[in-house]
Amino acid sequence: MPSKWNFGTIGLKLATILGFLFIHIPIFIIIMYAFSTDEKTFQFPLPGFTFKWFGVAWDRNDIWEAIILSSQVATISTILAIILGTLACLAVYRSKFFGREVISFLVILPIALPGIVTGISLRSAMSLFGIPFSTWTIVIAHATFCIVTVYNNVLARLRRSSHSMVEASMDLGANPWQTFRFVILPNIATALLAGGMLSFALSFDEVIVTTFTAGQQSTVPIWMLTEFIRPRQRPVTNVVAVFVILVTTIPILVAYYLTKEDEGGKK
Amino acid sequence: MTNTLDKFFTFLFYRKGLAIFLLLAPLLIWLGVVYLGSLFTLLIQSFFSIDSFSGVIKREFTLESYYDLFRQSTNWDIILRTTTMAFTVTVVSAIIAFPIAYYMAMYAGPKLKPILYLGVMLPLWSSYLVKVYSWKLIMAKEGILTWILEKLGLLHLLDVILSIPVIGGTSLSFSYIGMFLVFVYIWLPYMILPIQASLERIPKSLLEASSDLGGGPAQTFRKVVLPLAFPGVVAGSIFTFSLTLGDYIIPTIIGNSSYFIGMAVYTHQGTAGNIPLAAAFSMIPIIIMMVYLMIAKRLGAFDAL
Repeated sequence: MPSKWNFGTIGLKLATILGFLFIHIPIFIIIMYAFSTDEKTFQFPLPGFTFKWFGVAWDRNDIWEAIILSSQVATISTILAIILGTLACLAVYRSKFFGREVISFLVILPIALPGIVTGISLRSAMSLFGIPFSTWTIVIAHATFCIVTVYNNVLARLRRSSHSMVEASMDLGANPWQTFRFVILPNIATALLAGGMLSFALSFDEVIVTTFTAGQQSTVPIWMLTEFIRPRQRPVTNVVAVFVILVTTIPILVAYYLTKEDEGGKK
Repeated sequence: MTNTLDKFFTFLFYRKGLAIFLLLAPLLIWLGVVYLGSLFTLLIQSFFSIDSFSGVIKREFTLESYYDLFRQSTNWDIILRTTTMAFTVTVVSAIIAFPIAYYMAMYAGPKLKPILYLGVMLPLWSSYLVKVYSWKLIMAKEGILTWILEKLGLLHLLDVILSIPVIGGTSLSFSYIGMFLVFVYIWLPYMILPIQASLERIPKSLLEASSDLGGGPAQTFRKVVLPLAFPGVVAGSIFTFSLTLGDYIIPTIIGNSSYFIGMAVYTHQGTAGNIPLAAAFSMIPIIIMMVYLMIAKRLGAFDAL
């Protein structure tokens, strides 16, 4: 940048630093509270430091049940999202037909509309058709809004990879399946993995749509929400919060590194 | 088996239209049936009504739920309260996000840029519920914020702010200010990224041209940078506005228990079992968002997404 643009640099830097502190500090505070010896309040400074709550949380069956359900839901939804998203990408990326914009719009809609709308509409459909709540109703809901992460990641990768490789493969006598298996798939593999990771994190964390489609079962976020409203053991909630931070942060970091080369515009 | 599969794929390869159709079908069936189908049943259910004695839903076309919805002034309050909050959160998020995005796009070097980008991405994606909860800890009476203000000798300032009518309250975690703070905190990254992307796309040559033609930094900023970055602001505002409009977790956990649209929808369908009224209620954010998206499209926000 030209150096005469200096007039506000210090102010900008300050605003950026403050902004970043604002969006990061609360997460560290949660982590800190997981080690507090204080059982009843959110007292600061912390009266003491302990690992005790991790042990207590470990022994709680309800937490394990929630974690298992969340993992199941996130895994199945991600697989569904990968299948649906990837197939659609393969159809869309090389063809310029009327539906392309429509499909992108349709895929974004479940996360662009307020979560409450997605939640209540799925809920109302389930009640209208008398579908009982189960793990599958949660999966159906989650897969619907997870498709977008896979779709966007894979489509971005396909657009950046050159089509001449596919043509070369066909020229060399490979059939379409072989071309997909040995040329396209390795090319989009990291984008698929990244999209899948994001979709897993998205599903693992979703609460609004889940409250409408879960019935009596608790996923981890539902469990947490119940604890916020009617706390049983506050420090245990803090421990679960730290666990959730890890489960959602790690896939995001992995996804970021897997798609990093995409950002530069070159493969 | 593989041979038949090969033949099948080869067959498809020469029929592009059919292949595209088969590839798209699963997604279209899923989103068409599950998602659009659900939205459609929501619309239909909003025209049903509930028998107030038996609690059974009557499946006949009626405008009763809409009548119920608009008849009560409390519902108008809820709508007004939610949209005002969404609007304020959006404006303030844009004001805070702009300098950050500007720094990221225009000043950060190639080493710093990816770090800053990741620094915005992580809080954006990390657990929503945990982030809300962390503010409950921060704003608790005995919590960290009180402690800091006390050390700085500013505790009376907090009391003054909390004594402001309407937006104040008994404590930060039971007031509109507290709720507003949490909303801004949670959605801020959604505003930073689109603005940064739109600033990123401004060709540097345009800035040079502006200064060659005698435009000062302030003039260049106002006449070149701002108009080109505006679609990014609008794109970001779609998220902040829509997410605030539909959220019911933050008003449930933080706030003075006055209703927001999301909470009203949740209560009507859950505790009251009145799905028709809940459906009619949720038509409001849908309509508001449709109008909003139409305006956003006019302003070029979709190119900035």
